[in-house]
Amino acid sequence: MLSGAELNEIEKELRAYSDRKMGCIGALKIVQRHRGWITDEALRDLAGYLEMTPDELDSVATFYPLVFRRQVGRHVILVCDSVSCYNVGYEELLWHLMKRLAIGLGQTTADGRFTLLPAACLGVCESAPAIMIDADVHGGLEPPEKVDQILNSYE
Amino acid sequence: MSNAERPLTGDFRADGRPLGIGEYEKTGGYLALRRALKEMSPAGVMDEVKDSRLRGRGGAGFPTGSKWSFVPSGADVFSSGPKFIVANADEMEPGTFKDRILMENNPHMLIEGMLLGAYATGADCAYIFVRGEYFGSARAIGKAVAEAYGKNYLGKNILGSGFNLEMHLHMSAGRYMCGEETGLLNSLEGKRAIPRTKPPYPQVSGFMGRPTVVNNVETLCNVPHIIRNGAEWFRGLSRGFSGDGGTKIYGASGRVKRPGAWELPIGTTAREILEEHAGGMRDGFRFRGLLPGGASTEFLLEEHLDVRMDFDSVQKVGSRMGTGTMIILDDRTCPVGMQLSLQKFFARESCGWCTPCREGLSWVVHMLGAIEEGQGEMEDIDLLLEQARLLAPGHTFCALAPGAAEPLGSGVKYFRQDFERHIREKHCPWKIKNS
Ligand SMILES: Cc1cc2nc3c(=O)[nH]c(=O)nc-3n(C[C@H](O)[C@H](O)[C@H](O)COP(=O)(O)O)c2cc1C
Ligand code: SF4
Repeated sequence: MLSGAELNEIEKELRAYSDRKMGCIGALKIVQRHRGWITDEALRDLAGYLEMTPDELDSVATFYPLVFRRQVGRHVILVCDSVSCYNVGYEELLWHLMKRLAIGLGQTTADGRFTLLPAACLGVCESAPAIMIDADVHGGLEPPEKVDQILNSYE
Repeated sequence: MSNAERPLTGDFRADGRPLGIGEYEKTGGYLALRRALKEMSPAGVMDEVKDSRLRGRGGAGFPTGSKWSFVPSGADVFSSGPKFIVANADEMEPGTFKDRILMENNPHMLIEGMLLGAYATGADCAYIFVRGEYFGSARAIGKAVAEAYGKNYLGKNILGSGFNLEMHLHMSAGRYMCGEETGLLNSLEGKRAIPRTKPPYPQVSGFMGRPTVVNNVETLCNVPHIIRNGAEWFRGLSRGFSGDGGTKIYGASGRVKRPGAWELPIGTTAREILEEHAGGMRDGFRFRGLLPGGASTEFLLEEHLDVRMDFDSVQKVGSRMGTGTMIILDDRTCPVGMQLSLQKFFARESCGWCTPCREGLSWVVHMLGAIEEGQGEMEDIDLLLEQARLLAPGHTFCALAPGAAEPLGSGVKYFRQDFERHIREKHCPWKIKNS
């Protein structure tokens, strides 16, 4: 069941659109903010609420990489793998992160703290190589050890 | 350069925080809107923008005034009912970060540009489509929209003129295809961001089947300045370097001394941007080539650096200005690895609608991966060029695949010897050297 807080936010989001379905991406993101990811159950409940079939909503949910249809850790690290970062040390940064966290791309640490995901250009190329943790951008990560202290600030 | 020569960025605060509505008004903000509503007809605003020779800053360089003029007006069926204007703030072109800078620093400029575009085309509803990772832009825009409503620059009967405009912020959730204007419209309707057939063009049948203008953020930010200072002033900003009007926010990333973005007269040379503004290459790195305007443009070499960065000049040397934010390749980065990074991006972002893009790009990635790992064959090089031909315009539904073909074809052509070396020596020469 969708919570009262979720429903409130979703109703506010839907005001920008003339048809409930049109607000489905924003609604998915609201539910995800509350629960961390979109479970099958949440998907069914939200679909019903937006007058969509679950399949219809899932076809949208699975298209967008920032909608998580699998469980993620408490913090999601997006590692930019596009060309501006590639040219200034993306590979070293990725290796360092994988070693530090002992996980590969698409995986979550055993303590559920971090999920590591590849990301398209984050639009901060002037401070490449860059990553994003939750809503925060961290750039200039050359040499890659610079990321260690940053990770410490996410519990 | 003085602030007057840098209309887009000259008024930014030194601390990088967004201008509030009062500060924006002090710099002359919303004067253009006041003038348009009081003294100008919608057609007058459109003509001024046409005269200014402003061309779209989203990458394709389409003249903005003409784009607007395709929106039906008058008493036909399209003119009754809602019309829309959408700001394309998806900015997912790799290497591009100019629209973020504009939104984070001066969000009201975008709002005023959209107001003027809406007035000129008769739109009564506006959306700002922001990519999901741009939290800073979304915060700045959200606050600015609320401030603009508070002062009746948005809403009903704006400043007593009878003109209405509602404006909404839409936060996206990733996927490069959202920046393609018809994919964007599908996404805004809550669907997968797959492209639509053109024609009909969005100006006739766009959001919810209604007339819709989609413009890039930087394009729209120019409009208040054109209306405030006139088309002639705007044309003069380019200092005769180019037939195009205005300035351009250029950028540089890669191993240059000062990666960043600078507002300069449109038509400034690539060399000046690279050497003066970006400070040249970092010590110990040599320049090998650049992509002039994002990932989906052709490589240029040292011999092309004197090209003027405007839409027509860059085309003459075999590339495109694109977004005007250059990505630099240095001698210590492997051109095959860089190409692999580029093509992985395109392959992953392909929406899967057409075969050359869906199948071709994953094949390209596979071949490039093999070459980079030292397992490529000489025939692969021609196969890559063949794929670049198959991805070119005319074979696919949207411009994503042609965009992928541009760095692929030119990269293989210009750095062919490096590809051959990988194959001959059966390893990546850069990996050995760097490890
Ligand atoms: C795959 C793809 C991605 C695009 N991404 C963007 C983008 O993020 N921002 C943008 O303004 N234009 C983007 N475009 C170009 C738009 O389709 C469109 O031409 C542009 O928004 C028009 O605005 P303008 O006339 O002001 O340049 C993209 C095009 C393609 C094919
Ligand atoms: S070219 Fe690629 S991204 Fe564009 S419609 Fe075809 S498959 Fe989709």
